Amino acid sequence: MQFEIRDSRPIWQQLAQQLRERIVKGEYPPGSHFPTVRELAAQAGVNPNTMQRAMGQLEADGLVITNRTAGRTVTEREDVLAEMRRTLAIQRTEEYLKDLQALGLDRAAARELLGAKGEENHE
Amino acid sequence: MSELVTCSGLTRWFGQTKALDNVDLTLTSGKIIGLLGPNGSGKTTLIKILNGLLRPTSGTALVDGMEPGPESKAIISYLPDRGYFPDWMRVGDMMDLFEDFYGDFDRAKAEDMCRALGLKSESSIKTLSKGTREKMQLMLVMSRKAKLYLLDEPIAGVDPAAREFIMQTILTNYNEDGTVLISTHLISDIEQVLDEAVFLQQGKIILHEAVDSIRERTGESVDALFREMFRAQL
Repeated sequence: MQFEIRDSRPIWQQLAQQLRERIVKGEYPPGSHFPTVRELAAQAGVNPNTMQRAMGQLEADGLVITNRTAGRTVTEREDVLAEMRRTLAIQRTEEYLKDLQALGLDRAAARELLGAKGEENHE
Repeated sequence: MSELVTCSGLTRWFGQTKALDNVDLTLTSGKIIGLLGPNGSGKTTLIKILNGLLRPTSGTALVDGMEPGPESKAIISYLPDRGYFPDWMRVGDMMDLFEDFYGDFDRAKAEDMCRALGLKSESSIKTLSKGTREKMQLMLVMSRKAKLYLLDEPIAGVDPAAREFIMQTILTNYNEDGTVLISTHLISDIEQVLDEAVFLQQGKIILHEAVDSIRERTGESVDALFREMFRAQL
């Protein structure tokens, strides 16, 4: 998967967000070795200092643990992962509601649509 | 983070034209910095003063505490805005030259990069395309373990794929304790590798700020801000 710098938000925030998603999706499994700042910076084509800042955010989130000798690993704490999954899902939901509102649908209409679609895909 | 470049009151006249106008600028170590401005804003003049090719009319420029001269050139790796190797030279000759001139040149590193590009040391320069020549020169410049890299328009005049190659070469090879100063007007291509942006206009510095701080403060990319600031002046 590629990193994408698409909007005008600070670059480190966009990187941190995409790394969070990768961890929640299990692309970096719990307990596994996490790539170094340099590797990730080269992969994303960004400045290592910028990637360092994104990494600082992941550490603050508790998603990535720095070991004194063995580099960084992904957290094995299920509660931390579940909470981040929920946070990301809420963000997506808010974006969805905002998009529909821009199209002229209110929250009730949005909920109805989501319910109907959910049923449809379930069948 | 120590001060690597210190300019104070730097001014340079060319006849009736003021190319640099009372520039105060401090650059610290360990950064990749964009020197951004439209054509004729003074980017190349500033770079040439820092590496000792031009003298200021007034004011001072210090690199690692030194006035530009032989000692400062030993720690500066410079990529000019045009090629300077004669056509008859071969790739291996260029490496010999760099090895002779610069104690910090890492030949093995340069040879590795040439191999990655498919360049042989017996290839002569006249057989190389414009894009390959630019890549080749950049590889030589980035194979030095310098304190200050001065790259004058490294991505002008090459296709987008070559640009990406050049940016990757800069990112993966610069000495992390050193600073890279890249002059360009192609901002969107390099914005994400920069720590800081310096905006130059008619010889004056009108902005010097961290890229993410610009994005945070203005809600715009550096590219968008640049377009806005320089369009407003027309």
